[in-house]
Amino acid sequence: MFEFEFMRLAFAAGAIVGLLAPVVGFFLVQRQMSLIGDGIGHVAFAGVAAGYLIGVSPVWTALVAAIVGAAAIEWLRAHRTAAGDQALALVFYSGIAGGVVLISAAGALNANLFAYLFGSILTVTRAELLRIALLGLGALLLVAILLRALLAVAIDEEGARVSGLPVAFLNGAVSMLAALTIGISMRIVGILLIAALMVLPVIAAQRVAWSLRSTMGLSISIGLGSVLAGLTASYYLNMPPGGAIVLTAAATFVVAAGLETLRRRV
Amino acid sequence: MPLALELDSVDFAYEHGPPVLRDVSFEVEAGEFVAIAGPNGGGKTTLLRLALGLARPTRGRVQLFGEPADRFRDRARLGYLSQRAQLGVQAPATVREVVSAGRAARNAFGRLTAEDREAIDQAMERVGLADLARRPLSRLSGGQQQRAFIAKALVSGPQLLALDEPTAGVDVEAQEALSGLLARLNDELGVTILYVSHEFGAIEHVVRRLVLVRGGIVFDGPPSSLPGVWHDPSHVHV
Repeated sequence: MFEFEFMRLAFAAGAIVGLLAPVVGFFLVQRQMSLIGDGIGHVAFAGVAAGYLIGVSPVWTALVAAIVGAAAIEWLRAHRTAAGDQALALVFYSGIAGGVVLISAAGALNANLFAYLFGSILTVTRAELLRIALLGLGALLLVAILLRALLAVAIDEEGARVSGLPVAFLNGAVSMLAALTIGISMRIVGILLIAALMVLPVIAAQRVAWSLRSTMGLSISIGLGSVLAGLTASYYLNMPPGGAIVLTAAATFVVAAGLETLRRRV
Repeated sequence: MPLALELDSVDFAYEHGPPVLRDVSFEVEAGEFVAIAGPNGGGKTTLLRLALGLARPTRGRVQLFGEPADRFRDRARLGYLSQRAQLGVQAPATVREVVSAGRAARNAFGRLTAEDREAIDQAMERVGLADLARRPLSRLSGGQQQRAFIAKALVSGPQLLALDEPTAGVDVEAQEALSGLLARLNDELGVTILYVSHEFGAIEHVVRRLVLVRGGIVFDGPPSSLPGVWHDPSHVHV
């Protein structure tokens, strides 16, 4: 399958997303904000619609919308204007409703929209791969710089606040990273499925990991493995790549949960 | 002795809520070991949050080591065991990883230095968890988990250690081990300790000062001077 350039590009882009999504998802899961990716994804949908309406590349408008949505969720959560899940619900439903209205106004309810909703990894171009690589590496670099502080907040947010860490900034950074990941990944698995690639590898890894470090390592391995195995399956079995990738990650969770049960019984 | 903490005529109420604390004034000298007790909802955790600069009083003044608590900069001098810390770990964090997180107070963004690693080893040694450094918290007893978080609070070398309900969910044996550990930390390192709990039986034999809080300070003195009725478990303060 690697004789086709579109497959080589798909694997390269998928590998970056498979690496990045679980790294960011690790911190979302620790903060019990596993569904934030879904919330931001729905706002990104409104961004895609806005792009169609104003004639700008939907990738960029979706990225901007995702960042605005992430900031809104974090602001609502931090200012206790709404509990975490309520903040998410507000942004989630406003995003999808806004998207439907805008997409209808743009007259863009067509097959192209599906490429953003469910991904279209087999049509990734070299220019898109370059954009994904640059933004992805930037996001991973930011995580590497903030890693120890982010872990301190994940373990004990109140303790981190007392010790003078910029907790609001760090929480905001995680939300921004989630928005960036969604913006980068929507051509790979789609707005509606990217949250799964952020969360499923992490919750699967937690079942069998023995430390935070191993949780992170296993999450990355599962994310990367799911993308590569899902893409391969989609090629040979003629399945939609986004769905195949997420189903692979879900199957990994089932296996990890089984291993955990087995370990407890032994 | 210099003052570690000073509250002067402090009132506090949450937004749109009734007053939680009224006219609270007290001082804690550096090196003191103070138990702050009182009924649930009496304001003791709020008092601790004010002391650590996590909340601002609606009236009055709170000073930490001579500086306004909410603008206190040198936060590595503070160690804190929060009420919910043990619940905050969703992933299987090891003892070493939890204790390392406390070191972020001194070095948040770089790699761990040799000095950081030595401090982490010492903190684990001090609470008796050196042999369990690589064990996930989820495989430790409640008392051991609590000691891991105390090591986390100690690892930055604090001069003030604040513990919020440290004995919650911990058996009597672990409570006694904790009181012994805290007494040693206070004696050997001279760390000022604020121990907040609705239940002070496990600690009253090691503290020299007990402060009872119920909307304000209703008792401040040695535990031996406390009226007998407060030792009665059926009393309304519990």
